[in-house]
Amino acid sequence: MKPFLKKKTDKTPVAPTQTPTKKNGDNIIEIKGVTKVFDNVTVLDDLSLGIKRGQFVTLLGPSGCGKTTLLRCIAGFESPTSGEIYIEGVPMTSIPSYKRPVNTVFQKYALFPHLNVFKNVAYGLKLKKLPDASKKSGYRKYTKAEITEKVNRALNLVGLADYGYRDVNSLSGGQQQRVAIARAIVCEPKVLLLDEPLGALDLKMRKEMQIELKKMHENLGITFIFVTHDQEEALSMSDVVVVMNDGVIQQIAQPKKIYDEPSNAFVADFIGESNIFSGVMEKDFCVNFLGKSVECVDKGFEKNERVDVVVRPEDIVLTKGEGQFVGEVLSTVFKGTYYEMEVLSDGYEFTVQSQNEARPGTTVSMLIRPDSIHIMKKILTINKYLGEVTGENEVTFCEGSFKIPTEGFETGDEVVVYVPFNAIELTDDEEDGVIGANVTQSLYKGTYYQVQVFTDSDDDFYIDTADEWDMDDRVGIKIDGGKVRLEKYDPEKEEKDEAQG
Amino acid sequence: MKRKAKVFRPTAFSFPYLAVTVVFVIVPLILVLVYAFRGSDGSFTFDNFGKVFTNKETLIQLGKTVGIATLSTAVCLAIAYPVAYILASAPFNKMAILSLMFIIPMWINFMLRIFALQSVLSAMGVGNGYFAAVVGMVYDFFPYMLLPIYTVLLNMDKSYVEASKDLGANGVTTFFKVTLPLSVPGVISGVSMMFMPIFSSYAITKMMGDTSTTVIGAKIANLFEYQSYGNYGYGSALSFVLLVIVLLVMVLGRFLTNRTQKAPKGGKAV
Repeated sequence: MKPFLKKKTDKTPVAPTQTPTKKNGDNIIEIKGVTKVFDNVTVLDDLSLGIKRGQFVTLLGPSGCGKTTLLRCIAGFESPTSGEIYIEGVPMTSIPSYKRPVNTVFQKYALFPHLNVFKNVAYGLKLKKLPDASKKSGYRKYTKAEITEKVNRALNLVGLADYGYRDVNSLSGGQQQRVAIARAIVCEPKVLLLDEPLGALDLKMRKEMQIELKKMHENLGITFIFVTHDQEEALSMSDVVVVMNDGVIQQIAQPKKIYDEPSNAFVADFIGESNIFSGVMEKDFCVNFLGKSVECVDKGFEKNERVDVVVRPEDIVLTKGEGQFVGEVLSTVFKGTYYEMEVLSDGYEFTVQSQNEARPGTTVSMLIRPDSIHIMKKILTINKYLGEVTGENEVTFCEGSFKIPTEGFETGDEVVVYVPFNAIELTDDEEDGVIGANVTQSLYKGTYYQVQVFTDSDDDFYIDTADEWDMDDRVGIKIDGGKVRLEKYDPEKEEKDEAQG
Repeated sequence: MKRKAKVFRPTAFSFPYLAVTVVFVIVPLILVLVYAFRGSDGSFTFDNFGKVFTNKETLIQLGKTVGIATLSTAVCLAIAYPVAYILASAPFNKMAILSLMFIIPMWINFMLRIFALQSVLSAMGVGNGYFAAVVGMVYDFFPYMLLPIYTVLLNMDKSYVEASKDLGANGVTTFFKVTLPLSVPGVISGVSMMFMPIFSSYAITKMMGDTSTTVIGAKIANLFEYQSYGNYGYGSALSFVLLVIVLLVMVLGRFLTNRTQKAPKGGKAV
C-alpha cells in the first residue's frame, strides 16, 4: 500500500527543460535514488541529482528540507538508507569520510581550539599520503617545507597571511570563517562542500564573503556545493540552484530561471515574493484568474486546465485606469529603494512593489503585462488514496475510518479514494477530526489558502480553506463524505496512470 | 547637597559565608601556622619544620603517600577514561541511566562502601594490604574521576571529530589528535578531585591496608590524638607541608589546563 501512496503525493515535477543528467560523463557527483530516514522520518526521499564538474551548485530550501542531510551524505557523515552517491564514478557507500575526495566548511567552522591557525590549516596536509613509487610503502608524506609553503599560500588566498601563529579563539567570526575555508581548500579537494558557512556572519560581512567565495570558486576551478536557506545568497552566487522541500527536489535551474520561471507554487513562494492565484487556462495565451481573462505568453495547456498563476510584486505596474485590476491601497511601506503596497482587489490582497508611492485609501489600477505572468501546472488537483471499504458507508484509508457513501461497493473491496481539496475540513482540536496531522505548508491563492498537511500515517493532504493555518500546527482532519468519489482499485490502470503522470 | 540613600547591597548576602569562613577556615589555618612555629616551651622556632625534613621515617611516609596516591589515581584514570568515552558516545549517550549507575554509589556513605568492599574482597580471599588499599581508593573515587571526563566528552562539539575525519584522519588519529587533547581539562579536574583527597585522607588506607600503607595523614592524626607520639607543633608543621604540596599540584593542574585550552601565541609552527 505504501509505495503506491508515496509515489502519488511526493512526485513533484522537476523542470523538464533542465535535465542535469543528460550525459553523465561530465558529472563529478552523481546522486542516484538516495533516501535517508531518521527515526521513521523521511528526510531525503528517493532523490537523484547530477552535479557538473567545476560548477557552483547551491542547495536551497527552508530549514528541515533535507539540504544539510544531503551534504552530509556526500561528505560521508551520514550514510543513505538506500540509494548510492558516486563521486567521479566511484560508489561512496563503503568509503569512509576520511577517504573521500571532498572537504567541508562547517556551519560553525569547527576549528580545533587547541591548535593555532597554522596548525589548523596544516592538519589535513600532515595526514595526506602522496603516491611515491620510490618508497617501500608506495607513498610519502609532505615535507615540512612543502606544508609551510602550501599553508601560507592558502592563508594568503583568504587574506590572513600574517595570522598563522594566532590563537583561533582570538579571531573574529569572519576570520574564523576564512581559516575554515583555507583549511578545506589547502587539501585540494575535488569538491568543496559548504554548509551554511555565512549564516553566523553579520550582513555586511556576509556580502563581502559572498563576493570572495565566488572569486575563490573562479580561481580554484573546483566544484562548490553550497547549502543555504537564504534565497538571495543562492541566486547571487550560484551557477545552478537546486530548490528542495520535504526531501524532494522542486526545481533545478540557473538562478535567473528559478526566479523568472518557478516550476511550481512552492518555488515561486519561496524565491522572492509572489502573488499566487488559482486560475484556469481558457486557451493558449489566455488565462482566467480572479474572474478576469488576462493575456499571457504561455501555451500548451489543456483547455480549462486548472493552473497556478504567479505574478511578482515588482511586475505589477500602477497606472491611471489602464490596468486589468482595480483596487484600494491598504498600506504602504517604504523599503529603501521602493515602496511595498498591499492593494485589495476582488477580495485578494495584491502585494505590489513600485518606485511610486500610492497613499493608503486611494484607488489604483494595476497593469500586469503578459510576459510578467507565469503559469504553472498544478502539482495535483485532487487527493488520491488507496483504501478499503470496511462497512456500510465506511471507508478506511490513511489509518482513519471515514463516513463515505459506499453504494455499489462491498465490504472488503479495495478502492481508490478521490478527495477534492474542498471536501476536507481542518479542525483546531485534533480530537475533533478523524485523523491527526501537522500543517507543512500554507499558500495564499487569491481568495483562499491552499494548506498542505502531513498526517500521522505519513500521507499528504491538500486542503482549500478560507482560514490561514500556521506551519507545524497540530490539526484534525474531517472529510465531507458526499464530495468524495470512490473507484474500484485496478492495479493495471494505476500503473498506467503512474507512467503517464 | 544630596546624599545617596543607604541601600542594602547584594554583596551583603556574602557576609554570613564570609563569617563562617573566617571562623572555621582562616582562624584554624592561622592556628596551625602558629603551632607550627611554636616550640614545646612556647617560644618561636623552626625546629618543627626541621624535624619534618630530617626525620627519615616521616620522609619515607611522605614518599609512600605520594606513591599510593599516584598509583591509585593512575589506575582509576586508566579505567575511568575508556568508560567515560563509551558512555559519552552513541548509542549510550542517550541512556542517562547508564552514567547514573556509575554515580549512584556517591550517595552512599563512604564508610559503608568501604566496609562492603572489605567484605567482598575478603570473601574473594584478598586480605588487607597494599593491593586492597589501592582497590579501595580506586573504587571509592571512581565517580569523581568519571564524572568530569564524561561531562567534557559528552559536551564536546561532535563537529570537531567530523572536521578531523573530513580532513583525512581515521578514527584512531582523530582520537589522539582531537578528542584526547580536548578532553584534558576533564582529566585534570578528575585527577585533582582524586589525588588531593587521597593525599590527606587516611581512613581508606587504615581500613583496607596494613602497616605498609600507613600514610602521612595517619601520622598527623596520631600526633594530634596521642600526646605520646609527639606534639601539636610537629603535627602542625607536617600539615602545613602537606598543604603546600597540594597547592603546588593544584597550580600545576591549572597551568596544564590553560595550556591545552589555548594554543600558545608566537613560537615556531610545524
